[in-house]
Amino acid sequence: MKKFEYVITDGLGIHARPAGLLVKAAKALDSAVTVEKSGGKSADATRLMAVMGLGVKGGDTVIVTIEGGNEEASAAAMEAFFKENL
Amino acid sequence: MQVATGKSILNGIAIGPLRIHKRAEMKISMTSALTPEKELARFKEARLKAQEQLGKLYEKALEKVGEDNAAIFEIHQMLLDDVDYTDAVKNVIETQNATAEYAVTATGDSFAAAFAALEDAYMRARSVDIKDISHRVVNVLLGSGDAQMPDGQPAILVADDLTPSETVQLDRSKILGFITRHGSSNSHTAILARTMNIPALVGVDFDESWDGRLAVLDGYNSRVYIEPTAGLLSAMEEKRKGHLKQEALLQGLKRKPNVTLDGREIKVYANTGNVEDVGLALQNDAQGIGLFRSEFLYLDSEDYPTEDQQFAIYKRVVETMAGKKVIIRTLDIGADKQADYFNLDKEENPALGYRAIRICLTRRDVFKQQLRAILRASAFGTVSIMFPMVISVREVRDAKEILEECRAELQAEGAAMGRVEVGIMVETPAAVMIADELAEEVEFFSLGTNDLTQYTLAIDRQNPKLDTFYDPHHPAVLRMIRQTVEAGHRHNCWVGICGELGADQTLTETFLRMGLDELSVSPAAVLPLRKLIRSLDLGQEAKKTFE
Repeated sequence: MKKFEYVITDGLGIHARPAGLLVKAAKALDSAVTVEKSGGKSADATRLMAVMGLGVKGGDTVIVTIEGGNEEASAAAMEAFFKENL
Repeated sequence: MQVATGKSILNGIAIGPLRIHKRAEMKISMTSALTPEKELARFKEARLKAQEQLGKLYEKALEKVGEDNAAIFEIHQMLLDDVDYTDAVKNVIETQNATAEYAVTATGDSFAAAFAALEDAYMRARSVDIKDISHRVVNVLLGSGDAQMPDGQPAILVADDLTPSETVQLDRSKILGFITRHGSSNSHTAILARTMNIPALVGVDFDESWDGRLAVLDGYNSRVYIEPTAGLLSAMEEKRKGHLKQEALLQGLKRKPNVTLDGREIKVYANTGNVEDVGLALQNDAQGIGLFRSEFLYLDSEDYPTEDQQFAIYKRVVETMAGKKVIIRTLDIGADKQADYFNLDKEENPALGYRAIRICLTRRDVFKQQLRAILRASAFGTVSIMFPMVISVREVRDAKEILEECRAELQAEGAAMGRVEVGIMVETPAAVMIADELAEEVEFFSLGTNDLTQYTLAIDRQNPKLDTFYDPHHPAVLRMIRQTVEAGHRHNCWVGICGELGADQTLTETFLRMGLDELSVSPAAVLPLRKLIRSLDLGQEAKKTFE
């Protein structure tokens, strides 16, 4: 299992568009990806409504967990995704 | 006359009859005569069909409102793929022997309610998106097709709510504007309306009796007037004409270069005081942000804004401008702009006091937070930094040293950064007098004519008694501007104006002749100024000289 923390820099948080992109990116991986809002709920990153329902705002910290498959590569891909889009 | 208020989502004016739009009542029976397997199959088929419609809608929106805004219909397609959603529908069908349309409606309502309960206003607004996709599937199931907007005479549409798909299908020639009871300025519907340039108010408590009555929708003041008085109506007609003129100007000037008839080019940028202004700058087709006043981040805050908070804002601005230049002025606080948590002393002479770069150079912790945030945002577009209230070369060197320190720290942390152009505001007579030396330290000058005039003429502009002595075209000020331009150009520094004088059309020709490279003005002044520039011919003899 691999884990990383990320502070959301997008002012709107994980809004609809990046949430959609996140779901697409997570579906493309062979690992299970979970996004947890620090101090809040967590969601399977392939489930769009659940991800949006986390209500993650700009400045919030999220904890991303990667399990199974090629964890190394999946974690790197997810980190790159967050940096680029959120 | 009746007046109602709401929340405006676009500055515009619509005048015409109101038309209340009601969706056709959908008859949904709960219990199915079919087996759950058959209902599931109906749902599956309808879902696919709905996604296909959304695909077409996406294409349509792409044309009408661009990729960024069209993306919502892609999201809608994905929402219909959501496992939680489809599982919930399946569950209702199987456990309650329900029809597919009942199951979709129930599921849509409960998911929409969950979003409506969220704390964040943006996310709350997503409940409309969930309802929209559920409606679409139910429409397919009942064979009622896509929701149609009313035809006939052009009118102001009034509805409880409009979904994004309804909005994008609005026929701009039939819809003068719209008013909804629900909805928020964060909704995708609002964003689409803005992009499509439809005046609109949300959150208006209307009643059925409005149908067919003449009304004025005033987006500037967030009001709707039903059966307006003759006086108001003609005033609004005038206002609308002004708005349309601005629009027409925009259409004529959009993407055209700012060159005089004899080929001299000058950049026209916009001054912005907050994030919303950035949208206005783009709407008015400014070539960049010539002055981003970062103070609002501090003035609107109870405590020092953190680096991450600042970064989030700068990044958004830089991304919004999509590669166009954004010149961020570092903290210019003090004098008339006060934030309590800075604990600044009361001063006898605040205009000549502890302010701007003077605070930054003595409160390095605060300054570094801001510089780090700006440097990080530079990875997302074209960013320039400008230091205010400079009077000496030493200040500029110190500020640059701190900037380099921040850059080195961020580099060590592995942060992405872009190239950042460094410049200063020239707004003190001292800076003008040593402009040659200063120009060797920086890449650009931006003349802050408000303070420069005040300091040069020793006139406090807040004091109305001094109006008779105050001359914004005083030759001393204009000669200072000329000296600054000449000194800058001797050292390969470009020179612009970001003070009020920049928008003074009686001086535009003079400025062009002086060789200014840029004028940064309020968003609303951008287009008229560009129009004027394109009509000037510097080959002709000057009509009027001021110096």
